[in-house]
Amino acid sequence: MTALVKSETQMSPARAEQIRGVRLKKRLLLTGLTVGALFPALPVIWMLSSSFKSNGEIFEYPPRLITENFSFVAYTDILTDPEKLRFFFNSYFVATCVTLLTLLVAVHAAYAFSRYQFKGKAVINVLVISVQAVPPVTLLIPYFGLMVVLRLYNTYPGLILTYMVFTLPYAIIMMTGYFNTLPKELDEAVKVDGGSPLTALWRVLIPISIPGMVSVGVYTFMIAWNEYLFALTLTRTNDMRTVPIGIQLLMGQHAYDWSEMMAMSVLGAIPVLILFLFFQRYFIGGMTAGSVKA
Amino acid sequence: MTSSTRSKGSRAAAGSAQQDNSSLPPSDVPTRANGGSGKRRKRTYGGTLAPYGFLTPTFILLLVLMVTPIILVIGYSFVDRVIINPNSELVGFANYAQVLGDQTFWKALKNTVLFSSVSVAAHFVLGLVFALMLNSPLIANRTKSIYRAVYILPWLFTVAIVAVLWRMLLSPNGIVNYFIDELGLSNDKIEWLSDPSIALPALMFINIWAGYPFFMVTLLAGLQGISSELYEAARIDRASPLKQLLHITLPQLKPIIVAMALLDFIWTSQQFALIWMTTGGGPIDATEVLTTYTYKLAFSTYDFAVASASAVLVFVLSMVLAYLYVRHQKARD
Repeated sequence: MTALVKSETQMSPARAEQIRGVRLKKRLLLTGLTVGALFPALPVIWMLSSSFKSNGEIFEYPPRLITENFSFVAYTDILTDPEKLRFFFNSYFVATCVTLLTLLVAVHAAYAFSRYQFKGKAVINVLVISVQAVPPVTLLIPYFGLMVVLRLYNTYPGLILTYMVFTLPYAIIMMTGYFNTLPKELDEAVKVDGGSPLTALWRVLIPISIPGMVSVGVYTFMIAWNEYLFALTLTRTNDMRTVPIGIQLLMGQHAYDWSEMMAMSVLGAIPVLILFLFFQRYFIGGMTAGSVKA
Repeated sequence: MTSSTRSKGSRAAAGSAQQDNSSLPPSDVPTRANGGSGKRRKRTYGGTLAPYGFLTPTFILLLVLMVTPIILVIGYSFVDRVIINPNSELVGFANYAQVLGDQTFWKALKNTVLFSSVSVAAHFVLGLVFALMLNSPLIANRTKSIYRAVYILPWLFTVAIVAVLWRMLLSPNGIVNYFIDELGLSNDKIEWLSDPSIALPALMFINIWAGYPFFMVTLLAGLQGISSELYEAARIDRASPLKQLLHITLPQLKPIIVAMALLDFIWTSQQFALIWMTTGGGPIDATEVLTTYTYKLAFSTYDFAVASASAVLVFVLSMVLAYLYVRHQKARD
């Protein structure tokens, strides 16, 4: 930028004109980006601001971003309430289990798809893809009875296995794509040395597939963390409920406590925000690879 | 140090040796390819069975929790008063007839199609505009990544959070009405989510806010994959930026756009939580969609048989969309 400015003085008028055009374009673009950014940012700013207000100030007129009652009361209320902390524990526990188990099952399935030719492969492949489009609401009615029969109703395994049905197809497709980019000679070498296919998978393929597994894992965690419909239907007692249902329960209680609901929302968004900040590259990779490369 | 490099070298040599041998039948080709001696057949059996072994957990999970419920729900949809009545009997297509004869079902279908089409179109337009701005070479990478993070924000909030947040913003006394008042557009206390004539557009707006980042990020990745030579050639031909957009960018992105639009349409048409937590399908049936309609039949009126018929109809519609998606993805390969 400074180099541009310096050299501009010695430039021919036409070149200077061109540079001025570029700078004008740049300024317009930055303005556009900033104005556009208000669309996603304003509601989020208001959510943060409301979480620090007292409940009476949420709809005050005219609205203010920061009031004299600025406090963390809503946050401390939530973080000292064992029932609400339990929602967070449940969400973390379920989402973590779903992520680890999905990865474990998916790498084996993906290994089969990537490294073997077998009867029915094409059919199974199409099945795995189309399973993703099965509407959750279709499964809801039979699930209720099925979970009771399997004694999984209102339990962690019930939620975890249910979520895996929705995370697994995507994870398999992604990991198959990832394994396909790794040369087959790697695992052939293990077999020549007398190792089994499992050795090849665990000793060679998995260690070099960590980036792919991280992006699948982050995406899986998000799906599990955000799930609402089955968490609502397959749990009965508050000690089994997750954060999204906890937020809804707050909404149902007596008068709306907006500042507490906003504080709970901020707290509920933090894990995903942290994942995003730490794994931004993988995150975006995980989001896009499915539709760009698949 | 030296020993480790050597071992690496020998492993690489083993790899290439294997490559040289690849003209011989390796152990994991299908049985048909070499049905020779018994010894060899045993080896190939191990090779052909292994993938099924690796797929077993996936099979079991999908069989028990995907195939079984689909079969069950189809079964439920053909009987009378299922689950509640132990002696329910086959009624043929009566449940379907009831659903298809229900005005609310058609309203829900219409709302679903409208809600999904408008959302997908807006996701695409916003996603493309933001992606093009974020992809400009005029802006430094650091600035870009900050803006990108802000633009992705809505996608990081779960639907439950999006729902309560917008209930607060769109409340009659909320900040949105304040701005509308300040701008002099209207000084009524607009009931965004409980006025039947604007509840659906308001929901669409919320869904557009929550869903465009997915489109944007995918298009951004797509844009980075377009060869710069194409643009250089266009610049030599003095093609205007608009022409470059229409004749290079959009055609190059077309496969991604079609895939994303189909996926987004499938997901949006299955949206439940956002609608359930903001309007619950109301007022009356102004924002009723197929998912809330089916859910209410099952869990509000406990008419599980009719709800199953509705669930199967939703399933069939989704499978048609999935078929289009799979066919499109296959055509790309």
